[in-house]
Amino acid sequence: MNNISARNKSEKRFQMYGKTAVLIAIGFLVILLFNIFSTGISAFKQTYIAVNLEIPADFDKKNINPRTELNKHFLKMFPEATTRTERRALLSLLSKGARYEFSELINQNKERSIQGYHWFLASADLDMYIKGTVKRQGDTAGRIDENQMFFIDKLLSKNLIELQANKYLLSSADSREPEMAGIRGAIIGSLYSILIAFLVSFPIAVMAAVYLEKIASKNKFSDLIETNINNLAAVPSIVFGLLGLAIFLNFFELPRSAPLVGGLTLALMTLPTIVIASRAAIKSVPPSIEEAAIGLGASKVQTIFGFTLPLAMPGILTGTIIGIAQAIGETAPLLMIGMVAFVVDVPGSPLDASTALPVQIYLWADSPERAFTERTSAAIMVLLGFLILLNLTAIYLRKKLEKKW
Amino acid sequence: MKYLSIVLTLLVAFGLSNADARDSIKIVGSSTVYPFATVVAEEFGRADNGFKAPIIESTGSGGGLKLFCAGKGPGTPDVTNASRRIKSKEVKLCAKNGITDITEMKIGFDGIVVANAKNGATLSLTRKDLYLALAAEVPCGIQDGVTCTNEYKTWNQVRSDLPNMPIVVYGPPPTSGTRDAFAEIALSGGCNEIPWIKKLKKKDKKAWKKLCRTVREDGPYIEAGENDNLIIQKLTANKDSFGIFGFSFLDQNKDKVKGSVIDGVAPTFDAIASGDYKVSRSLYFYVKNDHVGVIPGVQEYMEFFMSDDAIGSDGYLLDKGLIPLPESSRAKYQADAKSLSKLVLN
Repeated sequence: MNNISARNKSEKRFQMYGKTAVLIAIGFLVILLFNIFSTGISAFKQTYIAVNLEIPADFDKKNINPRTELNKHFLKMFPEATTRTERRALLSLLSKGARYEFSELINQNKERSIQGYHWFLASADLDMYIKGTVKRQGDTAGRIDENQMFFIDKLLSKNLIELQANKYLLSSADSREPEMAGIRGAIIGSLYSILIAFLVSFPIAVMAAVYLEKIASKNKFSDLIETNINNLAAVPSIVFGLLGLAIFLNFFELPRSAPLVGGLTLALMTLPTIVIASRAAIKSVPPSIEEAAIGLGASKVQTIFGFTLPLAMPGILTGTIIGIAQAIGETAPLLMIGMVAFVVDVPGSPLDASTALPVQIYLWADSPERAFTERTSAAIMVLLGFLILLNLTAIYLRKKLEKKW
Repeated sequence: MKYLSIVLTLLVAFGLSNADARDSIKIVGSSTVYPFATVVAEEFGRADNGFKAPIIESTGSGGGLKLFCAGKGPGTPDVTNASRRIKSKEVKLCAKNGITDITEMKIGFDGIVVANAKNGATLSLTRKDLYLALAAEVPCGIQDGVTCTNEYKTWNQVRSDLPNMPIVVYGPPPTSGTRDAFAEIALSGGCNEIPWIKKLKKKDKKAWKKLCRTVREDGPYIEAGENDNLIIQKLTANKDSFGIFGFSFLDQNKDKVKGSVIDGVAPTFDAIASGDYKVSRSLYFYVKNDHVGVIPGVQEYMEFFMSDDAIGSDGYLLDKGLIPLPESSRAKYQADAKSLSKLVLN
């Protein structure tokens, strides 16, 4: 036997190992979060340029081309832009989206005159420079050339460039102009998929769990099923994607890229997770309660629906939410069924083509435009927010519904 | 149980209703053409023409053509993008599935650059240097026809006046069209500058292809996945490393990386457009003519894409890094788009 001090020392060492392990894990998490937040936070702001408008009330607002009209007013602010290159440089500072904002402004003020400075969306290149993502090198900065820099300096000296809240990020769907791109379409697509995945997998999984746990007799066959369900939970998600492709697209001929198919595929994936969690929850209901119910004359069905399931519900719901949270972050199965796509319109129903949040992150991470880097991180922040929300719900439900025996 | 029956009913109902035609165009194909096609699709959807924006999936050129040639009808894509020309094998596959009427559209060029960090040395390479540095087997000794495993570890071993820097090149994996094009244009091009290998091409094409297009796997060439942004991050972290990617990524990251001079020409917009910069390829898309008039907007999309406004010498795709076609060639394809002229491979 060792002496006391040696045993104490080894005890201390053991504690230290544990602490180090926790610290390393926390360290990685902090680095990850810091990385995402420090790049992503700037995406919630967006650069705007003030353009001086002078549009009289009696101006024919119906028959104008919003782009040329806006450009005209912008050019008027800088009479020094004379050559074609200079004019192009100046106009390139405004985003393509500015013209849509302009026509909206016109529509809101049909009968009134529009005077004074109005803010319009700036191009992503300017945005990157203002936010300091792209550093100035002499008279250029990344894609911004000398001519553009000349006008940027002028606008800045007159305080006509400003960072405002980014209203596109959460209100519009994907776009190839980073300054106009948003995640609304992806969020709606994710919600549809998750809803369908829940509606399909929850009842099937709970019924399967009840049957396996309470009704089926224990024999070799039920053991086989149990082992297979456990194996199924460990199958890589891409395999479920292939299964979804074969069943829902090729056999049922459901539309490609639709959240309906995405939801069904994710349902296949979450099914085993929910079955396992539900069985564990059902198993942990004290047999004394069920025996009491049967002793008082309740049938098996009455016992299951009246006592077992309600008492097992906190565990079942926790398992379901964890399964759904896993599904919400899944990209691979969606790749196979065509949800990794460029979709400009926000989906109106589960049958419209759509992307999902993790897919949008993947697509943006792969885009050449610099401004998508910060938007990728911003989308990750939103996805993390969703996951935290789901997990908090799971904890809340467990605490709220849990009964102590 | 109630849930289950509702869901099953919906499933069947949706399955049946899907027999109807779509109202938006489906496009698949090359990840290189994707950044351009998506811009056009977005503009097409916003334009006041009554059509919805097309849905675009990035499946790679080969994967896109496979889906495209799988058959006719609303379940199959109407258009596929490709960063290389359709192969005769693929035309045959299409024909087997009843698709004989395809229109080919060439939209422009994309340069492939060999870039490194802005604070690193600017290399002036030849295609032969690239071949010697990156191929699996290279000629060794003075005797013709003798090759051995590539053992060059630094650039000055490849050519004595290049700097003494380890060869570290990040590039796309074999599934990528960029890799195919790089191997075909840069490596084979450099390979052919060695006289006996050029002769080998006539004698034994298979051996020549193997010798000239196989990329080394012993370390200096690092497969970096399809994500070019990742390559750029790695280049800025190690200023001695080089990366292979499309011109549009160089254009977007001018403040971080610079392109190496190849065969005496720097990869600039003008040099690629004029053809002076040799490592560039053509970009295409293919349209299923049977879907014109069935899926709304197919031909309109085609003409929209081929308009001067999009791919002309002043078009909006140039901002995204597309290198435009020469005037005459553009006019030919614009006419083809109008007449839906049928693809004939020669």
